[in-house]
Amino acid sequence: VGVPVRTWLSRVSRRRPADPSELVSTEDALLQQLAESVLKIDCATELRVHLANSLPLPSNANRPRIDLIVFVINLHSKYSLQKVEESLNHVDSSFFLGKVCFLVTGAGRESHCSVHQNTVMKLAHTYRSPLLFCDLQVESFRAAMAQRLVRVLQVCAGHVPGISALNLLSLLRSPENPPSKEL
Amino acid sequence: MDTYDSQGPTSRRRTSNLKDYFVSATPLQKRLKLARRQSSVFPSPSRRKIPQCSQLQEDIDPQKVAFLLHKQWTVYSLTPLYKFSYSNLKDYSRLLSAFIAAEKQKGLAVEVGEDFNIKVIFSTLLGVKGTQRDPEAFLVQIRSESQSSREHRQDKVLWTGWFCCVFGENLQETVSEDFTCLPLFLAHGAESNTSLIGGWFQKTFDCCFSPLAISAFNLSWMAAMWTACKMDHYMATTEFFWSVPCSPQSLDISYAIHPEDAKALWDSVHKTPGEVTQEEVDLFMNCLYSHFHRHFRIHLSATRLVRVSTSVASAHTDGKIKILCHKYLIGVLAYMTELAIFQIE
Repeated sequence: VGVPVRTWLSRVSRRRPADPSELVSTEDALLQQLAESVLKIDCATELRVHLANSLPLPSNANRPRIDLIVFVINLHSKYSLQKVEESLNHVDSSFFLGKVCFLVTGAGRESHCSVHQNTVMKLAHTYRSPLLFCDLQVESFRAAMAQRLVRVLQVCAGHVPGISALNLLSLLRSPENPPSKEL
Repeated sequence: MDTYDSQGPTSRRRTSNLKDYFVSATPLQKRLKLARRQSSVFPSPSRRKIPQCSQLQEDIDPQKVAFLLHKQWTVYSLTPLYKFSYSNLKDYSRLLSAFIAAEKQKGLAVEVGEDFNIKVIFSTLLGVKGTQRDPEAFLVQIRSESQSSREHRQDKVLWTGWFCCVFGENLQETVSEDFTCLPLFLAHGAESNTSLIGGWFQKTFDCCFSPLAISAFNLSWMAAMWTACKMDHYMATTEFFWSVPCSPQSLDISYAIHPEDAKALWDSVHKTPGEVTQEEVDLFMNCLYSHFHRHFRIHLSATRLVRVSTSVASAHTDGKIKILCHKYLIGVLAYMTELAIFQIE
């Protein structure tokens, strides 16, 4: 809470160009851990993760094209929801065609929740983006979610032949009103 | 493809049979339907009624329920009791007394000090319910009979527990006739007595107790609803307590407001008469958060609300409540019953 943290974490591996993804949240420790889990994933392309407390990012930095924005909301903190809602205003509308997703943590400890799940479900529905639930404090769940995110990132960057970000988005959309929770 | 065609009409017929089956739903099916509908973790109606003095309140003798006020109760949710009967209260008293005496002999019960006789009393609490269809609330007390013969009645109450159901029709509909639905259980006294008596009830009536934790979300609803209640005079300041998780040990923040200021703030936010909406609760809390932030540069919305205290009642996230105002006793119990029912389901 408070001091914004921005770090570039990257791991150069092989020939193909970088897939940068952006994690936006106020929960610094959780973001850091999730970013590290993501970078541990072995993939053929270079992964870059940028952490931010809120958007917009300062315009002076020279950064590569962003392929995926993940907004992390902690149900225990109304502040994290408020910051995400404010940040959403600064996202270019083209990102909402499959390059944005919401990641919710803290749903397991019900007694600590200040934000209702319906609120985040409505938010994800409003922005037509997938909503993922994960307890980021548990190592194994975090690793599994990191794998999912890397897979989505690869699709969004166009590195998976035959599927684009928009295709993936329509596959994830469930027939009823609330957006699908599963990837 | 032929198999598909032949299966088509039959499967349609089968689903219509299933639909008929569900129309005359047994209680179990009603419960399943209810469970399937609830996707969220805790209840979230977008609006609730502000507690008013209900007509049944008039029947309650304030003296009789005075002992319920100004005491801290630990709250549990309770599944429906099987084959519980109000006419057998005397038998239950005897059985539970014998059980506790036996446990005491085994050395498991709490030491009372001197060798008092333990007496357990079951009694009904008239009027503590929402509608006529709610089952009667009943009270269990452990009293110690003093050995002194000077005064006839020198019973000391060691432990009190009461069961009630306020506006719990939804639950009653989903269970069969043999069950009595009293989803809210409140206890005051030694924890060992609570677990002893809870164990006896679980064995005798095949029910299940679980502690009712109150989330920060529900605490902010309570704060708004209780601030909205009309009070003639305020007995206590309105206080909020937040817990900030940080290492090495957590920080506690308390924020006290004069109750009339809190009511004035609420009135400025409140629009629909008689009801509280989610937006109003959020706005009320956000006003408090932004005021605090302006002075202390701390984002309270990033911390966890653990306790709310108003002149009507106070509640702690660990499931402890204290009711201060007898006028709104039913209103407070109604909300707690709703939370208890949600936890059971």
